[in-house]
Amino acid sequence: MPDGQENIPHLLNDLLPQATFYSQVVNRGILGHYVATASIVTGVYETFNNFASVPPNNPTVFEYFRRDRKRPATDCWVVAPSNGFARIGESGHRAYGPGVGAGVILPKRLLTAALSRESDHARYEHLLRDNYETPLFAPALAGTQLDLDRMADVLKLSVDDFSSHARSLASPDELSVYVAKRLMRQLSPSLLWVTLHDIDVAHSGTFSLYLDGIQRCDRLCAELWEAIQHDPEYASQTAMFILPDFGRDSDLDAGGNGFQHHRTGDPMSRTTWMIAMGPGFRPNVVIDRPVDSTDLVPTLGALLGFDARFSQGKPLAEVV
Amino acid sequence: MLPAELQAKAFDRYPEAGRRIAAKHVDLLRKLPLGFLPLLLRELIVYDWKFPAERRELDGQFAYLSSLSPDQLRQAMAPFAQLRLTPALEKLDWVDSPAIFVEQLTAHLWSTHQIDGFRAGATSYMEKASASAAESAPPRRLGIAVIGLGVERTDYRPFRKLRPHGTYFSRVQAGGGLGAIVGAVTHRAAASPTPYAHWHIDAAPSAPAAVQGVTVVSYASLAGPRAALQSRMQKIYEAAVFDPEAFRTRMAQMQAAEIGLDAADPVLTRFQLALLTEGSGTQVFATTFAQWAAREALRRAQPSTLLVRFGPRQRENPMNVLLAESQRRPEFDPQGSLIDADMGAYYTWLNQQRLPGAAEASFLAWFEGHGDAVAIGPGFATGTTSNEEISLADLLAKLGRP
Repeated sequence: MPDGQENIPHLLNDLLPQATFYSQVVNRGILGHYVATASIVTGVYETFNNFASVPPNNPTVFEYFRRDRKRPATDCWVVAPSNGFARIGESGHRAYGPGVGAGVILPKRLLTAALSRESDHARYEHLLRDNYETPLFAPALAGTQLDLDRMADVLKLSVDDFSSHARSLASPDELSVYVAKRLMRQLSPSLLWVTLHDIDVAHSGTFSLYLDGIQRCDRLCAELWEAIQHDPEYASQTAMFILPDFGRDSDLDAGGNGFQHHRTGDPMSRTTWMIAMGPGFRPNVVIDRPVDSTDLVPTLGALLGFDARFSQGKPLAEVV
Repeated sequence: MLPAELQAKAFDRYPEAGRRIAAKHVDLLRKLPLGFLPLLLRELIVYDWKFPAERRELDGQFAYLSSLSPDQLRQAMAPFAQLRLTPALEKLDWVDSPAIFVEQLTAHLWSTHQIDGFRAGATSYMEKASASAAESAPPRRLGIAVIGLGVERTDYRPFRKLRPHGTYFSRVQAGGGLGAIVGAVTHRAAASPTPYAHWHIDAAPSAPAAVQGVTVVSYASLAGPRAALQSRMQKIYEAAVFDPEAFRTRMAQMQAAEIGLDAADPVLTRFQLALLTEGSGTQVFATTFAQWAAREALRRAQPSTLLVRFGPRQRENPMNVLLAESQRRPEFDPQGSLIDADMGAYYTWLNQQRLPGAAEASFLAWFEGHGDAVAIGPGFATGTTSNEEISLADLLAKLGRP
């Protein structure tokens, strides 16, 4: 077994056999998590400061989808564990922007707010840690992220139940997947975007914690697919795409420090992969030609019937 | 200001040795493009605190650039001269604050998709500058990584990434092992007494003894400065508004005295300050500290001998808890630390192999207190296992044989 694959048994054994797998997805943009995710969401390599609390400059997949398909606000959601992602739901583009994007749920923010009503904050601290690259980064909130009371209303989940369930979870990503499943059950959104961030612990330089994050992410991806298959609103009519925002520095690049960062811009930090699965997708197929991470949005456009008119990417012929 | 306008007096605020070099080469500096010169100055401004190997390398770059004809220099600088910069960058004080310029240049290159061209240009420049340097016989290096302190039992299979490159020994006599290793380092330091050529980096909970001729960097010895730094980080963490870029700049501007670093050896003090202020995770995790310190010692000092002993790190916690390490008795995670250290040993070997003389270099990795070790170097078959019983002293003797 190639080195490292023992850490992703669910992706390898459960999901890949059902999926079309792109082995070379290249990110040619800025390798910072927020700006890179914004680039995937817009299909354009965004160039804003990764650490700024700003919306993407180009229309997001959510805006394209809602505008062209005339979908309500409740039909598009983003669940993002990193607090820096508060403005990912809609762009600053003049033709789109406020009011036509996705609702953003930041579970850690919600949990923090919930805990301000309780006294045992310490019991939840493991769920509240933010990323290690900017461990102290807590941008002022802006955008359309959900507040606590609205969450209770939307998810049909009392603040007490939310806090109580959170206590049983092991990490911020588990909290995010819990919220995502709850959203699926209550609102059945057509477009749901979940970002998992536990593996960002790599920036602390602790390889064992990085492996824990990878293994957890692997399990949670399979759990999401399982949830899709067991929900009548989704089963047999839902596609799932899984891709990292980018890679990490190669062990062999002297400019970096291996797994710890993604600073060099070397091929390994730019090249990653994507799983595409769902009805109509060819199972157990590997596509080795290089594609761009900006190709995802126009691909979704071809599948869901919207025009990603400002995207730089191209629909992936193998899945549309 | 643009490079063509440079005068020797612009370097008046540089420390003595750096200032002297700048004055000597000011004509050359004027000919360098803004996309390159501040990178050179970033190194020059700290010349006085550089290790001998780093000084040789920087001297070599000046010699290489000075040896080029005007056409050759234009050609060598072309990738940097072609960069599209901004008036804002030109206005920065890139002479006295080259590091800040480089940080902003890097952000600009990423955001304008010029980083790949810059990276290719920089790689090519360094290859040519290194190739032109006068060749002197590199020392026969020995690297040693000791991992797993505090782990009594484990199912973990150590050295998976190192084994293909050397011989795995399954029955090493553990008794007296650390003493034999420290003895070998001491012996090499005595036999070849060169400043900063022999290092002992230690992340065990207690500090190692000082040894004549060996540069010692200890996580435990730095507990005071780490606590002072953690306290400063914590204060920024608790502030109402946090600016990550300002935070990084503040860390980069931190002075050794601010966190109580001993200034007896200014070069080593600056090295330790950089470990704590520029490293990610080095302030709170012993395993990260050891790996990064070994990496930086190899990259910068190019030692003949390097021993890195990994210790157990504290358990993962939210950052505010990690930063309060000095106010509580941290709980260790020995099993996780073993995995961290195993990867750290592999990275230490990789970093040693990037130095001149890699083909003759030797490396030993040992699971402390256990019978597992890997020996890499001339005379050791790759990808093999030896089940013979052997002491670490004998293994070290074999590694040292010509």
